[in-house]
Amino acid sequence: MAIFNIFSKEKNEKLDKGLEKTKLNVFGKIAKAIVGKSKVDADVLDNLEEILISSDVGVETTLKIIKRIEQRAAKDKYVGTEELNNILKEEISGLLEENNTESLIEFSIPENIKPYIIMVVGVNGVGKTTTIGKLAYQLKKTGKTVLLGAADTFRAAAVEQLSIWADRVNVPIVKQAMGADPASVAFDTLSSAKTKNIDVVIIDTAGRLHNKINLMNELSKIKKVMSKVIPDAPHEIILVLDGSTGQNAFEQARQFTLATEVNSLAITKLDGTAKGGVVIGISDQFKIPVKYIGIGEGIEDLQVFHKKAFVNSLFTN
Amino acid sequence: MFESLSDKFERAFKILKGQGRITEINIAETLKEVRKALLDADVNYKIAKSFTEQVKEKALGQNVLTAVSPSQLMVKIVHDELTALMGTEKTDVNLKGNPAIILIAGLQGSGKTTFSGKLANYLKTKKGKSPLLVACDIYRPAAIEQLKVLSEQIDVPVFAEEESKNPVAIAKNAVNFAKDRGYNVVIVDTAGRLAIDEEMMNEISAIKKALNPQETLFVVDSMTGQDAVNTAKAFNDRLNFEGVVLTKLDGDTRGGAALTIRSVVNKPIKFVGIGEKLDAIDVFYPERMADRILGMGDIVSLVERAQEQFNEEEAQKLQKKIAKNQFNFNDFLSQLGQIKKMGNIKDLMGMIPGMGKALRDVDIDDNAFKGIEAIIFSMTPEERENPVILNGSRRKRIAIGSGTDIQQVNRLIKQFDDTRRIMKSMSGGGGANMMKMMKNFRGN
Repeated sequence: MAIFNIFSKEKNEKLDKGLEKTKLNVFGKIAKAIVGKSKVDADVLDNLEEILISSDVGVETTLKIIKRIEQRAAKDKYVGTEELNNILKEEISGLLEENNTESLIEFSIPENIKPYIIMVVGVNGVGKTTTIGKLAYQLKKTGKTVLLGAADTFRAAAVEQLSIWADRVNVPIVKQAMGADPASVAFDTLSSAKTKNIDVVIIDTAGRLHNKINLMNELSKIKKVMSKVIPDAPHEIILVLDGSTGQNAFEQARQFTLATEVNSLAITKLDGTAKGGVVIGISDQFKIPVKYIGIGEGIEDLQVFHKKAFVNSLFTN
Repeated sequence: MFESLSDKFERAFKILKGQGRITEINIAETLKEVRKALLDADVNYKIAKSFTEQVKEKALGQNVLTAVSPSQLMVKIVHDELTALMGTEKTDVNLKGNPAIILIAGLQGSGKTTFSGKLANYLKTKKGKSPLLVACDIYRPAAIEQLKVLSEQIDVPVFAEEESKNPVAIAKNAVNFAKDRGYNVVIVDTAGRLAIDEEMMNEISAIKKALNPQETLFVVDSMTGQDAVNTAKAFNDRLNFEGVVLTKLDGDTRGGAALTIRSVVNKPIKFVGIGEKLDAIDVFYPERMADRILGMGDIVSLVERAQEQFNEEEAQKLQKKIAKNQFNFNDFLSQLGQIKKMGNIKDLMGMIPGMGKALRDVDIDDNAFKGIEAIIFSMTPEERENPVILNGSRRKRIAIGSGTDIQQVNRLIKQFDDTRRIMKSMSGGGGANMMKMMKNFRGN
């Protein structure tokens, strides 16, 4: 449980609370599945399958987990179902660990890159702007200077929405009129960051469905224009995924990665739904680390994602 | 991407070849694929299970007609069952009452505000109504502003009280305002909320109680996963909504949530959102949704149309020719003719599972086969009968005659050879041959 120490107690409670629903569901269901059983049999595995699929883990990843448990049950004949929780926890942690991508410990950005440019992408309505507001808040708290770029010039009032967040967090924002070229906004933001000696820039982009080729090309263009101001910008591209999204999240991850070399994920809205499963599935199948999770509407409700703590929180009572 | 369901059926039914009936044993594999397809589409686990049981009952003991393969029959059964479940009745939005009040509810980011704008636009332009939009999302930054910007684009007024923190009062005032000014539809946009957020759910219940709306519409993102069942149920328990709006259907999600919601709350899906523009709203077609969930394109109507055009006797003859590797350019021409008779080529190709996505942004005009036909028509009967004799000088003559160039002629002949080889290696029916062939020729 050493990993748990990196969480402050308060934070743990918050994550626990946010994931409460998930936990109750998974936990309650497992408890029901194993009632009156003394070992792992087909029934238990069936129930396990239902639990995992109902949490959006996805058919493929679920089968992978089940198979591992099956193998273990075959090897250690006397595995009792009271141990199932532990095994399950181990196996899911194992899946997450296989990626071998290190997690952040706290909100931080590389010290040696300045300004550090983050671009935020995703489909419509996943919570990009809200995540940016919360992230700006957290990074500012670490003593960094933050600048926001309102490159969602398409959706009605998106610029206003980000401006309100900029006010709340008290960080500057670069914006143009609605309908302006988003690449031009990004260009301005980066230029401004350079002259003002800013530490972190976060660029908001319009939500777009990943199957719209033209819109995906636009993202590539924004990215290219940024590199004209700062050669290796953007340094980080965060894909925001809605935690209540089903299997389509995989296709989103795939397509956005193709268009923009996404290198981190943020999973939002994990406070409401019985999910978390989508995190497990995506971590299993993509080599992109989940970096942040959103667990509420408040300014504080963004957390750094910790695999072990997350799995623990899912399975401990 | 997903391997199409019909391909899986095809594989699953290999064991069924030569059997005339669907039985418990030979159906098992197919049902497994049905279930997996549904789960991949985000249909709720339990619903997928019971649906599969239903299909099994329907399918067991059915005689496999000689005209269709067992897998095709199975596709049809699954499709028909799913369509039935999605609802066959078309339900319009209820606009009785003056003003008629429509309350919009849903989770965060599901697309409520955009839909409110679209609905106002639809009622104004298509139904001749004078709608009033009401901004009751007092929480999300710039939500009111968003509705205002949308309303300007469609030239519909917005009722908002920027200082107020009481959505119930805002909504009530808006209705009075509409009565005074003669607006005959009031569309109330509300804040996104989680079904487990007791306080916020109480709020929306209070708004509903205060307004007594003709319609409460539950807006849901079509990409929603397994949780759709909980959300829909929770919202329905509190609001007893009249209908569902499925948004972001212009994405590539299979949209199993639609089936889940339909099964759980048994309320009709009244509208779908199919784009970011304000006219990107459509009424709901159960059949299309069924196809989409199964990831199989409109294979059913393709099969139906193919059957209409396909002459059984000729097909037999063709089979023999293919088997003996005697398939020639004359046969090819007549197959082309049959394909053309079946309708618009892009539509047709779009119906082939797996092709729809690839074709979405490709322009295929109906003259796609013209060049091919011109080349074949420039061949002598002997050359068509026996393509082997097509040497360099003959090819040159054909190119000049058809107004193409030698490369195009060469390419066609090469493709023809390839197709012939493929067809020979396939033992399947005529329809499948045509599809393979069309795939092969799509580059032209």
